[in-house]
Amino acid sequence: MKVLKTISKLLLSIAVMLISASAWASEIKDARYNMPSGVTSVSREVYGLHMAAFWICVAIGVVVFGVMFYSLIMHRRSRHPEPAKFHQHVWLEITWAVIPLIILIVIAIPATMVLFKMDDTRNSDIVIKVTGYQWKWRYEYLNQGISFFSNLSTPMSQRMNLEPKGPHYLQEVDNPLVVPVGEKIRFLVTANDVIHSWWVPDFGIKQDAIPGFIHEAWAVVDKPGVYRGQCAELCGAGHGFMPIVVVAVSKEDFAKWVTKMTQGKVNAATMLPNKAWTKSELMQKGRQIYKENCAACHQTEGNGLKPLYPALAQDHVVLGPAADEIKLVLTGRPGTPMQDFSNFTDEEIASVVTYTRSSFGNNAHDIVQPADVAQIRKSLGLPEHT
Amino acid sequence: MTDTTLNHDINHDAHHDEHPRLLKNPLKWAARWVFTTNHKDIGTLYLWLALIMFFVGGAMAMIIRAELFQPGARIVDPELFNQMTTLHGLIMVFGVVMPAMTGLANWQIPMMIGAPDMALPRLNNWSFWILPFAFAILISTLFMSGPAPDFGWTFYAPLSTVYGPPSTDFMVVSIHLLGLSSILGAINIIATIINLRAPGMTWMRMPMFVWTWLITAFLLLAVMPVLAGCVTMVLADRHFGTSFFNPAGGGDPILFQHLFWFFGHPEVYILILPAFGVVSEVIPTFSRKRLFGYHFMVYATVAIAAVSFIVWAHHMFTTGMPIAGELFFMYLTMLVAVPTGVKVFNWVTTMFRGSITFETPMLFALGFLVMFTIGGFSGVMLSLAPADYQYQDTYFVVAHFHYVLVPGSIFGIMAAVYYWLPKWTGHMYNETLGKLHFWLSAIFLNVTFFPMHFLGLAGMPRRIPDYALQFADFNQIASIGAFIFGLSQIIFLVVIVRCILKGKPAGDKPWDGAEGLEWDLPSPPPYHTWMTPPSPALIIDREAEAG
Repeated sequence: MKVLKTISKLLLSIAVMLISASAWASEIKDARYNMPSGVTSVSREVYGLHMAAFWICVAIGVVVFGVMFYSLIMHRRSRHPEPAKFHQHVWLEITWAVIPLIILIVIAIPATMVLFKMDDTRNSDIVIKVTGYQWKWRYEYLNQGISFFSNLSTPMSQRMNLEPKGPHYLQEVDNPLVVPVGEKIRFLVTANDVIHSWWVPDFGIKQDAIPGFIHEAWAVVDKPGVYRGQCAELCGAGHGFMPIVVVAVSKEDFAKWVTKMTQGKVNAATMLPNKAWTKSELMQKGRQIYKENCAACHQTEGNGLKPLYPALAQDHVVLGPAADEIKLVLTGRPGTPMQDFSNFTDEEIASVVTYTRSSFGNNAHDIVQPADVAQIRKSLGLPEHT
Repeated sequence: MTDTTLNHDINHDAHHDEHPRLLKNPLKWAARWVFTTNHKDIGTLYLWLALIMFFVGGAMAMIIRAELFQPGARIVDPELFNQMTTLHGLIMVFGVVMPAMTGLANWQIPMMIGAPDMALPRLNNWSFWILPFAFAILISTLFMSGPAPDFGWTFYAPLSTVYGPPSTDFMVVSIHLLGLSSILGAINIIATIINLRAPGMTWMRMPMFVWTWLITAFLLLAVMPVLAGCVTMVLADRHFGTSFFNPAGGGDPILFQHLFWFFGHPEVYILILPAFGVVSEVIPTFSRKRLFGYHFMVYATVAIAAVSFIVWAHHMFTTGMPIAGELFFMYLTMLVAVPTGVKVFNWVTTMFRGSITFETPMLFALGFLVMFTIGGFSGVMLSLAPADYQYQDTYFVVAHFHYVLVPGSIFGIMAAVYYWLPKWTGHMYNETLGKLHFWLSAIFLNVTFFPMHFLGLAGMPRRIPDYALQFADFNQIASIGAFIFGLSQIIFLVVIVRCILKGKPAGDKPWDGAEGLEWDLPSPPPYHTWMTPPSPALIIDREAEAG
């Protein structure tokens, strides 16, 4: 009785804690407790398979636990003092081996069919290459010539609990992936550094992004909307902070978006190459680029994360000649997480180099112009990229 | 009972039972434990090590759950969070379940098969004493200037190779030592069971616990060298310029996963099979009825072990395996459910029309039966490759493997400790505290792990230190459950210490339904037992009708 009292007291206190917790949780409107059925035919079939398997398990559970609890109640010693003596029965053993086998075959058939469907990446309309980086995603539309990085956009202040958290806390990005509905999109998934995993639950896609290898996945999205996912493979300290946001739009809107993205690039190429930038312009642009592309490793305040990610504050390369830093950014450092950023434009590299040289207590006081970057790019034998 | 079975040689050796005391003669006391070759002493050492590591690994789990109590950065940074998940996994697998099972084997196998000791007593000493050094090395990484290993207990390349912190090398050495200890222990168990069975203890009369451990030992022998090769390749990639796992040098990061899971999948059966053995001893005792389908239980265990070698890639469905490979591994993985189902049905049928009582060991065995089956159900769901694309690397997987490991392996160990503690110490544990321990553990492990199914299905990846707001409520429930589950384990420690120090005399056979040679010995058993083999009449003939 004493034990029962203690347990009931404990249960009561837990209940109180849970009620207070759920009062807090009631602010969240979009809570889901099951797998989403999603917006692709594959995701719906996977959901169907999941629910079928679940209900089969429930049915087996009811039978097994039913017999078990029947025995526990009816055959407890106080009710059933004389135990039976039987202890073997070959046909019973064979029966309860064969019945589960049949059930398994019944589930295996639809599972096999869905698997074949998932595997069929032929006849795609659009090909998008997805590359995982520590800790961001890069999307390249191979036929449209569009390419950009997608970074977590939740501000640090929300993560550090200094501001209230937004509705899409940790599941929002600066540049979402934009796809058209109704077209077969083929994703080519790879990684630049460690293994990541590109997961969008509503598409039924989870594909590990493996450095050195390209794997495929596909989706035809039925419904316009915003679909959110996260990196699913542990990839280092920023693993929880590289979400995936896909915006599915109508074909017309997608065409408009493609035009906008490609034209902007043409303008930049024709208008800017010889412009001399002021330091404040470079610093402002550099701060933005640094935040999106460098801060994940080198940290917002340039302190780095020892031992893998060196601090930029008082770093000998950053404090040395600008040409060395530009070279390092363009070529990366093989064998380390420092990738090459030669896919960035001259003015992007110029501004981020300028920014690092005059921030975090570094005071180089110099300005790096896009033309300087272009020159070094040339000397390294790299293609122009303005 | 005692006088009929206690033979003269044992009485003769009674002076051995006078051991040096810690307070009176600390040096001699330490020397006794360091140099002991006695299977009971070594079993005790293994079990205490496992208990200590259980609290170390458990403390790490508490840190993980505290960080996840609410969204936002709370008590540890993401880097330390990753170190905690890594070390929690490594310690619970290698430091708790494996040593505890080996400790049980050391204590029980010689007593259950009528052997005087393990076949290789010096090797036995060595295989235990490697462990404290291995864990000292592993835990020392927490105090190094760089981070401790922070890439998960699975240490996937290239996160552990090119990107691994310097402390990774210490982890590699530690795993080598742990593997060495396991291999030596497995050799010893195999040698003991094959060679030292008492006359009349035929294969098909061996207790289930002995059978499951024999099969486990073969699994260990087969897969620990694969892990050793795998960690050596990690070391070579890190320092000797090789590129086994580095695509830039022609290697393949997925090769690492194949090697790891070729070890890792049989490893999960290494963790659970001895628990199957324990439950197969405990359920018949408290049902007062023979184990149903003994022969099929043995065959099912062999079948599970055999299949465990050819299902490893079900951990890798999302790595881009060709469809033929996915189908092969999916079908074989589903097949595991058949022998596992046979085991569960046999346990249930053992209880059917028995005469059941609910002492603490039985409660833990029943907790095992119910919750391991739930973990088995989610295992069947996970085996379906297309659905696994959604489950893989989410909290659904975390829920699944904690259901088979905590109420599976850990409850199996606890059932064993409560079941045999009266035999080992000669004292009865406190039944009220034991039951309190069970109910708190059983309730709050469900509060901890059941919501994780929902979290995973709703899209929460595993191994993240912070999460989106829709996951907040269930994470909070899980954390509260974990804190209470963790605190409840202190009761376990209290029960054990109280039992040793001031438990009431237990008698030679405290469980009226128990059968087996260990119950024919006095409690506590003398330092050396079965110096002359037990009379064949004491060995249960499983073919005959139970009497």
